[in-house]
Amino acid sequence: MTDTEKTAGEENGEEWILRLYVAGQTPKSLAAFANLKRICEEHMAGRYKIEVIDLLEHPQLAKGDQIFAVPTLVRKLPPPLRKIIGDLSNTEKVLVGLDVRPRS
Amino acid sequence: MYHTEQPRRSTHIELPKSPTGIQGLDEVTLGGLPRGRPTLVVGRAGSGKTLLGMEFLVHGALEFGEPGVFVSFEETPEDLVQNVASLGYDLNDLRERNLLSIDHVEVSRSDVIETGEFDLEALFIRLGYAIDSIGAKRIVLDTIESLFSGLMNTGILRAELRRLFFWLKDKGVTAVVTGESGEATMTRHGLEEYISDCVILLDHRVDDQVSTRRLRVVKYRGSVHGTNEYPFLIDETGISVLPITSTGLTHTVTSERISSGVERLDAMLEGEGFYRGSTIMVAGTPGTGKSSFGASFVNAACLRGEKCLYFSFEESPDQIVRNMQSIGIDLVPHIESGLLEINSSRPTMYGLEMHLLMLLKQIQEKQPRVVVIDPLSDLIAIGTTKDVKVMLTRLIDYLKTSRITTLFTHLIHTREKMAPSDLAVSSLIDTLIQLQDIESAGERNRGLYVLKSRGMGHSNQIREYRITDDGIELTDVYAGPAGMFMGTARLVQEARERAEAEARREEIASRQRELEQERSAVEARIAALQSVFASQEEDVRRMIEAESRQQKIIDADTRAIGKLRKADASDDDKKVQATIGEAEEER
Repeated sequence: MTDTEKTAGEENGEEWILRLYVAGQTPKSLAAFANLKRICEEHMAGRYKIEVIDLLEHPQLAKGDQIFAVPTLVRKLPPPLRKIIGDLSNTEKVLVGLDVRPRS
Repeated sequence: MYHTEQPRRSTHIELPKSPTGIQGLDEVTLGGLPRGRPTLVVGRAGSGKTLLGMEFLVHGALEFGEPGVFVSFEETPEDLVQNVASLGYDLNDLRERNLLSIDHVEVSRSDVIETGEFDLEALFIRLGYAIDSIGAKRIVLDTIESLFSGLMNTGILRAELRRLFFWLKDKGVTAVVTGESGEATMTRHGLEEYISDCVILLDHRVDDQVSTRRLRVVKYRGSVHGTNEYPFLIDETGISVLPITSTGLTHTVTSERISSGVERLDAMLEGEGFYRGSTIMVAGTPGTGKSSFGASFVNAACLRGEKCLYFSFEESPDQIVRNMQSIGIDLVPHIESGLLEINSSRPTMYGLEMHLLMLLKQIQEKQPRVVVIDPLSDLIAIGTTKDVKVMLTRLIDYLKTSRITTLFTHLIHTREKMAPSDLAVSSLIDTLIQLQDIESAGERNRGLYVLKSRGMGHSNQIREYRITDDGIELTDVYAGPAGMFMGTARLVQEARERAEAEARREEIASRQRELEQERSAVEARIAALQSVFASQEEDVRRMIEAESRQQKIIDADTRAIGKLRKADASDDDKKVQATIGEAEEER
């Protein structure tokens, strides 16, 4: 990894709080969680926290973050709020979506 | 046989329906939206989709005990609350009472990225949570098409929408789903593919700078429904759809009669006036006093204690009151007592349907016995002949069914013949009174005749009428050997006749005087003769007296002579003496 590829997060040493909304243990939600875990380990190891919210158990929480699709990943910190819908199978898109990579 | 036969009842089970509580819509859909199924409401921006959905929920919560969920994809709950507050609905109150839940689903593409597979389970969970938390029976999704602008993977989205509507059916909630009108398809994103139970189209058209909202039930699976386009109105009480689905000619009639307010006009109608519940038209050229007839009719009705509605398209209420005061009709007490209500609006303000819709709305609210529409021609002017006839048929059907007696005034421009539109309308009218200017001998007079009056004998006479300080007065037209005269000519003719009669009377009087004189002359002569006779009689009497006195003297003399001669009285002498004695006794 070259210097130019380094992300803002890595430079600032910020803490990442990520929230993954799922609805039950579906293949899609399991895939999303696995993908997220992998990406975080690769790019922000030690500086991230993942909260998984199962909407089947806490349906009232969907309203707060305006969730209508699952899985949805919400970047709570650092601001601003970002949302990524889907099973996070496209790593590049996830990195762009999380502002780990600048949007092209 | 005919009468004993019962009307055939449909044996199949009626589709259960959820009443919307929206005036007129339940009549068009024969009971409301299909219960437990989704209904698609399609229309352009500003056509009233959101309001329709909201009214469906509010009426459901307040009137039918069915709590509802409003899922807004566009407006925030705060905006929604504000928007319908002007209609008198307090959404916050409903929310506190757990009768309504508003969920705002914000869909914006700007801060959302899609990667990989997803589904809308979260939306289902949100809806399910909202529905279960208040036990909702109704739900509105306004407008779910916003998802298409928020999500790129339309393949997934379409599959999920299909699943959503099945899920809603499973839930047993009656759903209203709104959608924007599209160019080629009914809705922009083809929602009609998924919702096929009931589709309602809202339209907002502008013809000749006049906007009219219309509603049409495009389809309603498993139920009959009105298929026409029905105009509807959004006003301070919300949506109301022109409720009359032409009721047909099934109204019952009464033979009760009510006064026209003009005594001698009643006399022309068998002496009793109009039938209650009939439709009367007073047609006439400008300045013939049509409104005065309307006001007289209303005045009479108010004096009978009946509620009246007067719709004016030319004058303001104040102006009508003032003008009618000048002919001795005081409407102020009726307005103050609430019996009379005058509604004025400019005909160009709305389209024809809107006017009729507002008329109906007012009539339904106020429940009058008598309605005056002054003038009908102004309404006709803003629509085509065909439209007018259709709308008027509906209006008149409604009025007749409700047994409201209606008087239309109608302006005729041509003196010779009625225009085609006038004719089209006149076939709907029961009693048609024509007012006409009659020009003769350099002046204009007003003549009235009853052109037709269904179901009663009526005078065939043309009457002259005058608008006086005491209202409308009908007078007989002079119709004599010299022709027909009105106005001054009538007066002149009448004066001439009076003069002739006077002359004849004079002559008789003078003859009578002559005869009288003759009589006194005769009597004088009789008197004279009688006096002559009397004097002669007197003479004779005197002569008799004188004679009898002389006789007495003679007798006395004779007796004296006899005494002297000592002579016996002869029998003749005794007789004479007895006769004289008797005569003297009689005296």
